[in-house]
Amino acid sequence: MTNPHRPQFTLSRRQALFAGGALVVAYLARAPDTDAATNAGAEVKPALTPPELDSWVAVKPDSSVVGYFGKVDIGLGIQVAIAQIIADELDVGFDQVSIVMGDTAATLNQGGASGSTGLELGGVSMRNAAAQARSILLGMAAEKLKSPVEALDVTDGVVSVRGAIGRRVSYGELIGGRYFDVQLQWNGKIGNDLLVGGTAALKNHAQYRVVGKSAPRADIRNKLLGREVYNTDIRVSGMLHGRMIRPPVAGAVPVNVDQAALSHLPDVQVVWSHGLLGVVAAKEWNAVKAARDLRVEWSSPAAAFPAQSGLYEAIEAATSVAKGGPAPVGDTEAALARASKVVSATYHWPFQSHASMGPACALADVQADHATIWTGDQKPHYIRDGVAALLELPPEKVHGIWLRGPGSYGRNDGGDAALDAAYLSKAVGKPVRVQGMRADGTAWDPKGPASVHHVRAGLDASGQVVALSYRSKAFSRENIASHPDDPTQSLTGQLTRMPVKTKHAFDAPEEGYEFANRDMGWEVVPALLDRASPLRTSHLRDPLGPQLNFASESFIDELAFATRTDPVAFRLRYLKDKRGIAVIEAAARQAQWAPRPAGGAKPAGEVLTGRGIAFARRKNTRVAVIAEVEVNRRTGRIWPRHWTVAHDCGLIVNPDNLRRVIEGNILHATSRALFEEVRFNEHMVTSVDWMSYPILEMRDAPEKIDIVLIDHPDDLPLGAGEPATRPVAAAIANAVFDATGIRLRQAPLSAERVKAVFLQTASNDLE
Amino acid sequence: MVEKISLHVNGKLRTVNVDDADTPLLYVLRDELKLNNPHFGCGLAQCGACMVLVNGTPTRSCVLPISRVGDSKITTLDGLGTPDMPHPVQQAFIDEQAFFCGYCLNGWVMTAAAFLKKHPRATDAQIREAFAGLKCRCGSHMSILRAVKRLTEVA
Repeated sequence: MTNPHRPQFTLSRRQALFAGGALVVAYLARAPDTDAATNAGAEVKPALTPPELDSWVAVKPDSSVVGYFGKVDIGLGIQVAIAQIIADELDVGFDQVSIVMGDTAATLNQGGASGSTGLELGGVSMRNAAAQARSILLGMAAEKLKSPVEALDVTDGVVSVRGAIGRRVSYGELIGGRYFDVQLQWNGKIGNDLLVGGTAALKNHAQYRVVGKSAPRADIRNKLLGREVYNTDIRVSGMLHGRMIRPPVAGAVPVNVDQAALSHLPDVQVVWSHGLLGVVAAKEWNAVKAARDLRVEWSSPAAAFPAQSGLYEAIEAATSVAKGGPAPVGDTEAALARASKVVSATYHWPFQSHASMGPACALADVQADHATIWTGDQKPHYIRDGVAALLELPPEKVHGIWLRGPGSYGRNDGGDAALDAAYLSKAVGKPVRVQGMRADGTAWDPKGPASVHHVRAGLDASGQVVALSYRSKAFSRENIASHPDDPTQSLTGQLTRMPVKTKHAFDAPEEGYEFANRDMGWEVVPALLDRASPLRTSHLRDPLGPQLNFASESFIDELAFATRTDPVAFRLRYLKDKRGIAVIEAAARQAQWAPRPAGGAKPAGEVLTGRGIAFARRKNTRVAVIAEVEVNRRTGRIWPRHWTVAHDCGLIVNPDNLRRVIEGNILHATSRALFEEVRFNEHMVTSVDWMSYPILEMRDAPEKIDIVLIDHPDDLPLGAGEPATRPVAAAIANAVFDATGIRLRQAPLSAERVKAVFLQTASNDLE
Repeated sequence: MVEKISLHVNGKLRTVNVDDADTPLLYVLRDELKLNNPHFGCGLAQCGACMVLVNGTPTRSCVLPISRVGDSKITTLDGLGTPDMPHPVQQAFIDEQAFFCGYCLNGWVMTAAAFLKKHPRATDAQIREAFAGLKCRCGSHMSILRAVKRLTEVA
């Protein structure tokens, strides 16, 4: 009899393609079990380590399947797609699969929600594990049913002998409640890059039945019925409520704390260590009041920031601390010097806030030799590591439990809340739940970096672009790390005088226009305040994508205009990437794009309309969007009324959910493009709430978002959580130019700014 | 001083101990009655995450002192419908698979429930106006509009 799970030391082409060279080199950190059949059915669950198949998948006595996913769902519904993939690879029904996420005692660190990699990276190991489990189960069934594996069929977790009614056995009967105890191959990595693979053949996508269908999200129903348990809802016995008191001025530390003002509040404890100040009380409202009423005398540090109006001048004037970028092609400066005409423009992007719907919350129960942390942060395994480091405990002595929280989009205030809670819990010897007040989520979350982008292009006598230079000067993408695993990268650590460590990095546009000479570089300037800054930067949805693309895709439109070329035709002329071309053509077709030179019309009337296109590539996902906007010249209001989106993220797992994810990206990115700018003065961030940090409201939502999904059954699923965010700002700016002839080069494209530009450039047009 | 206060919540009379008459209703619902569905979003009546109905009127519980509640009938998301019999607004949002993180949804759902009672055939403009002042950070607006229009556009 054949042994279907006999390891074959070869990788399928897909795995090899996915993995790249690094995997092959690092592979086989542990040899796969050579006699797996004898182990399958173990009574004791093997330790939670990457190579153990049981770390990934379990079969219950009723043949239901649990997938242990080491990433988490922060709102986009990734768990549904993972369940679909498992259902297909294991030949069980979608309803038979449940997904466990984010519990560090039950799942491995697959990097949390990060970089739109949920399916592109995280899903690969899940798929490989499910395929391996099926292969082992079929081997067991073959023995039990005394049939060659080739003669077996599986439906909904029941294995039967083809053509022999009655010769059947269910997965539950084969292994339900017991364990595989089989080793997978592991590439030795942790986080996003963690990859395990088995020896089982993966299904062809053509065999998929559940993947490609629009399975619904169970969490949506729970949420609507008020049954979802969020991390903010967790209470444990003896728990106290904590609130942090942040400096009123950036860089200030308390020099005197007077508790006398709290005498009216029962049982309030103050925890103070250098710059870190918090209060703890039995009742939540008392903690809120104590934080409000505590009398604190703060130090008076020098102004940390420039005036907001001088931000971009300050960036330009700063001495860079790091430079980088992709390898240049050709000799851009020489080609610019030879060019018949040089077009240049400068673009500006502000600091932006996560401003998550609720300020972050965490509950910590710190005991002498172990701790538990309940978190809504999108990277719970790194939260565990960060809390362990703060408490000087081994990571395995900290249990991280993740539950859904207010949506986050990278590194928001969740890491700080978790470490603050751990700090307070250790200080008072009780479990402490910390939740921020609004300003903690708006003024004090890590920010998306502000940036300046200088772009120049050289045209030859025939109007051909011969060179493009794109230079960004900006704050780092990670003043603090995007992973919350190091306390030095948290307010907790920085306010308690841990050493300051920072990373200097930025990025370049990814669209890939093949101009003969091109040079895309960046420079990073130092943080304005290096410790506990309310303007410290880290990852915010599609980190750097919106700002880089706003400049690069606005500039492409400027070049189209300079050469009197249709903006769609212009892009197609210089783009060689077939899938990029395909999304641009699909969007143009769907929107019935009428070719015309951009921005021809002279403005007339109060409400003007125009259309703009922008293209983005984010890793291997391609998106083209066309915005139709209304611009009111009197109020300055820009309203994108209608969007057309063409989206290629490889194999589509769940079309309806993908459509909603794309819509969410368009809306969130429209908010950032039109409304969002962190305000500050020389001493402090002054965006503290929804009045001072306005975002998009329902009146600003478009009337329609028309989405064309381009499916690639020949490809793996690629990222979709962020790519459609990327081209939104440029498409709006390009549409505004089409409508008005006015080029807006500074985000956000707020009503005040639009009005000011109209006043400046066209003061008498409204007459 | 601890005071016993009676509250009409989701059709039941509940008694809670409150030591400060200024305590916002939100904290009483969540911490004392363990009715977790209204969420703390801003504490400033700027977002709607804490929305409940007070005598049928959408009200931000984060700024409503418990002393002002009196005999009013409070309805939270949990009291709007049941798992077997969801409120039509809940069902419409479920059918539309609306929301991402869902932390904001009390604002939209409670507002929609009250609004549609008065304006069952509301226009797009009226719906947008009714939702003024509500926040959704993840950008669920399109599915929210579709869900509400499932109800307003019923033949």
